[in-house]
Amino acid sequence: MTERHIIGAAVPRKEGRDKVTGRARYVDDMTLPGMIFGATVRSTIPRGKIKKISFGPGIAWDGFVIASASDIPCKNCIALILEDQPCLANGAVNHPEEPILLLAHADRHLLRKAVDAVSIEYERLPALLAMEESESKKEIIWGEDNVFKTYLIEKGEVDSVWKDAAHIVEGEYRTGAQEQLYIENNGVIAAYDAEAGVTVWGSLQCPYYVHKALMALFGLPAEKVRVIQMETGGAFGGKEEYPSMISAHAALLAKKSGRPVKIIYDRAEDMVATTKRHPSRTRHRTAVDANGKILGGEIEIAMDGGAYATLSSVVLSRGTIHAGGPYYWPHVRVRAKAVATNTPPHGAFRGFGAPQTIFAMERHMDRIARAVGVSPIEIRKRNFLKTGMTTITEQEIREEIDLSGLLDRAVKLSNYDEKRKEFGAVKNGQKKGMGVAAFLHGAGFTGSGERYLNSMVGVEGLADGTVRVLVSSAEFGQGTNTVLCQVAAQELVIPYELVTIAQPDTTVVPNSGPTVASRTAMIVGKLVQSAARGLKQTLIGSGFLQGTYTPEEFRKACKEFVAVRRALKSYSRYEAPPGIYWDDSKYKGEAYSAFAWAVYIAEVAVDPVTYGVSVEDFVALQEIGRVLHPLLAEGQIAGGVAQAIGFALYEKVVWQEGRMANNQMTNYIMPTSVDLPPIRVFFEQNGNVHGAYGAKGIGELPMDGPAPAIVNAVEDAMKIRFDSIPLMPEDIFRATTVRQDA
Amino acid sequence: MSSSAEKSGEQEHSFFLNGETISVRAFPMERLLDVLRVELGLTGAKEGCGEGECGSCSVLINGELVNSCLVPVAQVKGTHVTTIEGLAKHESLHPLQEAFLECGGAQCGICTPGMILASVHLLEKHPQPTLEQIKEGLSGNLCRCTGYMQIFEAVRKAAYGESQR
Repeated sequence: MTERHIIGAAVPRKEGRDKVTGRARYVDDMTLPGMIFGATVRSTIPRGKIKKISFGPGIAWDGFVIASASDIPCKNCIALILEDQPCLANGAVNHPEEPILLLAHADRHLLRKAVDAVSIEYERLPALLAMEESESKKEIIWGEDNVFKTYLIEKGEVDSVWKDAAHIVEGEYRTGAQEQLYIENNGVIAAYDAEAGVTVWGSLQCPYYVHKALMALFGLPAEKVRVIQMETGGAFGGKEEYPSMISAHAALLAKKSGRPVKIIYDRAEDMVATTKRHPSRTRHRTAVDANGKILGGEIEIAMDGGAYATLSSVVLSRGTIHAGGPYYWPHVRVRAKAVATNTPPHGAFRGFGAPQTIFAMERHMDRIARAVGVSPIEIRKRNFLKTGMTTITEQEIREEIDLSGLLDRAVKLSNYDEKRKEFGAVKNGQKKGMGVAAFLHGAGFTGSGERYLNSMVGVEGLADGTVRVLVSSAEFGQGTNTVLCQVAAQELVIPYELVTIAQPDTTVVPNSGPTVASRTAMIVGKLVQSAARGLKQTLIGSGFLQGTYTPEEFRKACKEFVAVRRALKSYSRYEAPPGIYWDDSKYKGEAYSAFAWAVYIAEVAVDPVTYGVSVEDFVALQEIGRVLHPLLAEGQIAGGVAQAIGFALYEKVVWQEGRMANNQMTNYIMPTSVDLPPIRVFFEQNGNVHGAYGAKGIGELPMDGPAPAIVNAVEDAMKIRFDSIPLMPEDIFRATTVRQDA
Repeated sequence: MSSSAEKSGEQEHSFFLNGETISVRAFPMERLLDVLRVELGLTGAKEGCGEGECGSCSVLINGELVNSCLVPVAQVKGTHVTTIEGLAKHESLHPLQEAFLECGGAQCGICTPGMILASVHLLEKHPQPTLEQIKEGLSGNLCRCTGYMQIFEAVRKAAYGESQR
């Protein structure tokens, strides 16, 4: 392979060899001299005042380091968007599993016994355990009205559309909490030194989020907090905000004990205490003309944020902007709110609010099709956005898109028409059906978000003539390391092998923003490209390199430059693409600099005896701009589809008193290798001028479409409507029985 | 129980680890996973769930695939234990490791050591596996990143020398 074709080639994953040999170092694989272990004592009730804490008999408490809220040097909060979430409860608890005390000891086994030996007496307060209870305001548990955030989008005059409607179609759709279920549990090691400050090694997505939280907690300047990302065994949003909490805990214990402290959650603790996808309820009321064209509609979104604000406002924002799907709405009003309940805070999870509202939109589209009497394919074609039209935030679609063409291709790839005919009759006792979902996903931070982030990346020439990428963007499976090195190598016209990437360490890498929101390849990649260009220009401008060069000449020039001038670094900072305008108060304008577009089609079979749904075939077709690395891109899509199949059919969080009751892998079921259909991944490639080499974001997209496609297929098979996920066999059994009784 | 009394409960356990004889002091009921990771410093086996559900701690004992989080060290006395560290011969990778790299079978990498050992076991049983046999053979190992498709591909590649798609 020549360096001219690095983009678009399936180059080897940078850290792949370490991963297949077991040499990759995750945080639990690391030990420091004198290191002890930390554990967390948590609340057992959803809401109340702490009356008394007792340390039970049978434990040599002298040997334990114990930290409480009073040990926090500065602010008792996990600084994120707001500062409402305490690091350790101080007198009151607002959700089950809220951290109250921290214990540390050299013996892990004793530590577990000690946690169990702490007993806490509470004065219970009434708890709000569901969104509807929160909305009733029978108790106020957060702010003045239990509402973390509201948004209102108004496009056109929706009140004018109802009188002309041939059909008014209404529906209510719900999605449940979902656990990220990365296979590596959350964990960190922290060390404290009076001179150097706090150092944290962890499994995390956003080194600078942890950095910010520790600065606020300890009242330390930036240079006295150091955060290092270790190899991270899956994240999916689940290691976006919560690692700040664990890091804070380990750091407090490290300061108090004077020794490095490791906190690794076991699976049960990780599942019960850390964030999940926001449960949601979306209501649609849509005016449609006789031909099935949407005239306008109202959309009402509610999300359950749990006990503290954390990221709910931004999750809701993305959900709100994606609520209209890839369709043209001449008039629309979207009202959205995130409310407080006494459950652990819900948080970031791949898709970030969009899977919830797209589930509603795509289920609703099928309902509209039935009301109008046209096929699910036809109803979508009649309403698709086209180039030059505007989204619900009045963002004009400037790129060339052809969603009908995309849909036609997916229909062909899945044999949709033939199969629907064939499935008319019951076969082998199973009922079969086909379902489609069309959707979009905006890449990067919403609205002005990227401008506020103001990300910076660096590219560095090293003494041996190789090049190193400097970003805080983390690798956790998606291929960050590989893709960013590809971009730098392509821009510098040198072999991929000559480029490496620094381990994210806040003392080494600049803040390239959090590793979230499908922004890494597109936005950080673009910055890497421009920093690499700067490095090349420095070498050429200073006379060390000619305008055209071989990789050997580049290497020699780089070596010489570093030898003479000591350092060769080039940095690049984010600049908003021209023509991007966003009004945060009206929620109008360019919400994202690029959208990825997709059509997914599911074929399902429902077993008439067990009522289990199996997905038999799955076609995932998407337009994501330029595919930078076909193997990684395909892996992202297939993995996202699998996770979304779990969201649709398997993964049910059972709540008891605000607490997850099934916090084990044995009773919270994710798809195994025998549960999945062939996931057939296809790409359309259009250039996106904003992204690195035309890339758009891709990571979250595959989470959006599978659930509605699958539930649409179940409706096609059963002729029964299901509007809530996860859709479990017992739900289908119940619906079938009810219908037969009626 | 004082710590010296605890120490007295430890025993010597001898077994073959990646082809070499080894002897380690540990409590008989200590999990093999902890003995490997903590006492012996082989951190390739990972703890994902601690209850035998996820397979990321998989190792081979006398060629059989087991979850090392469920095996007390006393049980491996005299057996041959293979971990991911024993798979590559010096710098040359096992064909399955190569295939995982080539086909995208490893993303975050945390399930990868267990998944590769499960694949070794699978190909021992079925050198030319059908897709159904591959799915069945890997069903005790959870992967949250890949959706398994590229893992199936890697196993086929290792078995047949080329991808079968």
